[in-house]
Amino acid sequence: MLFLLAILVGVLYGAAVYLLLRRNIFKLVLGLIFLGHATNLLLFVAGGLTSGFPAFLRNVPGETERMADPLPQALILTAIVIGLGVTAFALVLVYRFYSVTKTVDLDELSENE
Amino acid sequence: MNIGLLLIALLILAFLAPFTRRYLGNAAGWIFAIIPFMGFVWFLGLLPEINQGEIFTDRYRWLPAYGIDFSFYIDGLSVLFSLLVLGIGTFILIYAGYYMKTYPMKGRFMGYLVLFMASMVGVVVAGNLITIFVFWELTSISSYLLIGYNHEKPEARGAALQALLITGFGGLALLGGFVLMGIPYGDYELSTLFSDPEAIRSSSLYLPALILVLIGAFTKSAQFPFHFWLPGAMAAPSPVSAYLHSATMVKAGVFLLARLNPVLGGTETWYYLLSIFGVTTMFVGAWLSITQTDLKRILAYTTVSALGTLVLLIGTGTEYAINAAIVFLLVHALYKGTLFMMAGNIEKKTGTRDITKLGGLFKYMPFAAIIMVLALVSMAGIPPMLGFIGKELIYEAKSNAPDAHWFILIAGFLTNVILVFLSLRLALDVFWGKEPAYEKKPVEPNLALILGPFFLVLVSFVLGLFPSTMANPLTSQAIMAISPGMAAIKLKIWHGFNLVLGLSALTVALGIVTFKYRYKVIAFAERVNLKYFKQEFSRIFFRLIDKFLIVTKEQTKTIQHGYHRYYLMTVFVVASVLVWIQIWNADPVVLELNFSEMPLNLVAVVVLIIAATISAVVSHSRVVALIAMGVIGFGITIIFIAYSGVDLAITMVLVETLMIILAMAVLYHLPKYVKYSDTGDRMRDTLVATLVGSFMMVLVLQAGSTVVEEPISEFFKQASYTEAFGRNIVNVILVDFRALDTLGEITVIAVAALGIYSMIKLTQKNKL
Amino acid sequence: MESVILQIAARHMRPLLVILSLVVLYRGHNEPGGGFIGGLMLGAAYILFAMGFGVQKTQKSIPVSPVILTGIGLLLALASGLIAVLMGHVFMTGEWTTLFSGTSFELKLGTPLLFDLGVYFTVAGMLMLVMFSIMEE
Repeated sequence: MLFLLAILVGVLYGAAVYLLLRRNIFKLVLGLIFLGHATNLLLFVAGGLTSGFPAFLRNVPGETERMADPLPQALILTAIVIGLGVTAFALVLVYRFYSVTKTVDLDELSENE
Repeated sequence: MNIGLLLIALLILAFLAPFTRRYLGNAAGWIFAIIPFMGFVWFLGLLPEINQGEIFTDRYRWLPAYGIDFSFYIDGLSVLFSLLVLGIGTFILIYAGYYMKTYPMKGRFMGYLVLFMASMVGVVVAGNLITIFVFWELTSISSYLLIGYNHEKPEARGAALQALLITGFGGLALLGGFVLMGIPYGDYELSTLFSDPEAIRSSSLYLPALILVLIGAFTKSAQFPFHFWLPGAMAAPSPVSAYLHSATMVKAGVFLLARLNPVLGGTETWYYLLSIFGVTTMFVGAWLSITQTDLKRILAYTTVSALGTLVLLIGTGTEYAINAAIVFLLVHALYKGTLFMMAGNIEKKTGTRDITKLGGLFKYMPFAAIIMVLALVSMAGIPPMLGFIGKELIYEAKSNAPDAHWFILIAGFLTNVILVFLSLRLALDVFWGKEPAYEKKPVEPNLALILGPFFLVLVSFVLGLFPSTMANPLTSQAIMAISPGMAAIKLKIWHGFNLVLGLSALTVALGIVTFKYRYKVIAFAERVNLKYFKQEFSRIFFRLIDKFLIVTKEQTKTIQHGYHRYYLMTVFVVASVLVWIQIWNADPVVLELNFSEMPLNLVAVVVLIIAATISAVVSHSRVVALIAMGVIGFGITIIFIAYSGVDLAITMVLVETLMIILAMAVLYHLPKYVKYSDTGDRMRDTLVATLVGSFMMVLVLQAGSTVVEEPISEFFKQASYTEAFGRNIVNVILVDFRALDTLGEITVIAVAALGIYSMIKLTQKNKL
Repeated sequence: MESVILQIAARHMRPLLVILSLVVLYRGHNEPGGGFIGGLMLGAAYILFAMGFGVQKTQKSIPVSPVILTGIGLLLALASGLIAVLMGHVFMTGEWTTLFSGTSFELKLGTPLLFDLGVYFTVAGMLMLVMFSIMEE
């Protein structure tokens, strides 16, 4: 499964990079969202894949050895919520950008300086 | 009281100063002068102990990791300089309080002056190289602020920038030199350096360190060819010229040379470098002053000349030379401070400082005239002022110079002739002679304006009359500090008939002769300048700066092109090339394809996410992009559930839902997709994307198959319930073990929310 | 765009969601849940309401504005850290106390719970702030 998930992370990163290189500002933000997903997944997979044993203490003997690693999960949890904040900010920025410049083309912004 | 307290008091005063104007009014100068005066008295009180050979040190921890402390080292040299800085500073503050009466933001001006005072005292009492450097830079900055005080005037801004760039450049070189000096010792303390000077002198670092330190000292003390910033600095108000650019700051370079003489001095390189630059500056400064007509610029060039003399004397390094250096330092500070303050007074009372437009002032301000004439007598080196003793010593030192003393002696002789010439000119052409039509009748300056000049001249006079009882105690330990083992020569006015006295007489005689034919002399000097000094140094400097700006502008335009995607592409390409090289050199990943570990439902989810990703990238429809976003988000949620990330999955479901609503709301307002890029661009971008995506994939595989060390999570697993009473370890990490991180995170969220809120509210307001 | 179904659903769902979010918050220390998830739920409850009844009406129905709520959240989180300082420990040390110990209502309370409450309010406040701003446009 590691192999498949590695491909998935690769595809997400590739898509994010491709979208970040677009001129349309909305696609740029879409790329940002994908980048967030890809990174969360990367952390998650790098922390090791444990199936069916979440990090809850239930007083079962030997549970800590089998349990999923809680640290990457805590990191990702924060990252998801921060991602929401950043994405929301970026989206509103896009909206403001459009309502001020009446364009979604980033190159026009550079040329109109 | 101790030195740290004094510095802190001065700094506090400097910060409070801008706010005091309303409360203190014109009394500000007198009140501000109290603290420097107390400092002056304190240093005076140290003198008896200092003269016993005592050295006061003090040390505060600063950067223990680098072996750098904030330390003080107070010996005779420090005391002499501190007395000058604080003593003259006291009078300058009183003077400035009245002189700047009509200027806006006087409080700020006084604050800068006090800040400068603190930094200058810091330089002279600092106990290690790094501390010296910190205060040294502070003097440059406060000098910049003071020169540029009249910031509405372009010339003031230009002069300030020029001074800052030159002294700042010197400061940078100085730091380099100091770091090199510290290497053989592993320490920057002066006491360490003094205890074993051979360590640096015999090291291969000696020459580079020496050159860098000299660049620092020469730029600060306006040595040729860096001399031009000093006349430019005359754009500052007169109190600044009197204080920084004659009596104190420009002496910092000289101080540094004196301070480091026991460590760096005594070699042939030291002797030749200092002598050559010193002699050149001494003569060029004096020569260039002949054709000036602005009172302050004349004085500025003679200051340059005096600084050259000081550097030359320290370089010469004989007993006579060091004695002469210290005495002349004192002499010069006393008369030059007076002359600049008087120049300010004359400008204030007559509205001009062009000496061709002045004359006959004696009958309007006789008292001021007497003071100024006495200072000029000191400058010309005529008895009974201290200046005479200083000049005698200098002649003595020059005639005994170890090498090329004839050349040095002749250059010195000519310089002194010029000084006599200028003294006569400033005295006779300003206070007597033809009287021009003044707009309003000039009057005697008031107490605050005349007090400083009066006292400085008085000191110079008394020291000149009783040199061995009054001046020797001030100078003897300073001489010892510069060159251990040297004794102070007993100062006296009468040396008997000898070569030096003959030279003095000849100097004065020739000065009088040149003054008699002054218009011819000036015309001659102008002709020479036109032929050989056609280019003004400061103009060359500004042209260089302009060239530099053009080059940087071009360079910035090329690198900072303003296209976000090329910035990103640079980052991506460089990163992937570097990582791919690393992957290439690392051990290959062993792939174990175990299909039994691949549950079919998860494989389906992964395939679905990949399909959604590709369609989001390829599709021309915005709705497809939104749907794809949802599929990817919820797909990842399923992966989280499958691999024991329960909390993650719940959060992700909620966040994804909200994100899609948000994206929809925004997208609703945006126009349809338009094709912006051609096929070539797309191919190129696909290539970059593939490069990045593939290396990330390999990274995941490597990360998944390596365990470097025992993961830190073991601790969290063990301690979660026993110490933090929680069974949900992820939550315990968030709210207990790493709560500080979470606090930071929710702050970020709040800031983002406020940003969004203000972006939208601002629009609504603008619409109204 | 007034939908009766949405309005009725929102009116009845909101109190339920608020209570649910509190439950999720409290049990987060031992079971799945916690401040982030609870906060998202609380925010979602009000966003749902705003979709049915409009932003202005929603804002009138809540006692504090989202900006204040975010601020309260941050202050609570900070205060939970400062309690440890007041008790002479390092900033953000967990401090615990047990109420009604020995009885069947035994209740363990600690500063991490207060911290989680801060997270809860901040996240909810931020969500409402963002969504209300956009929906008002």
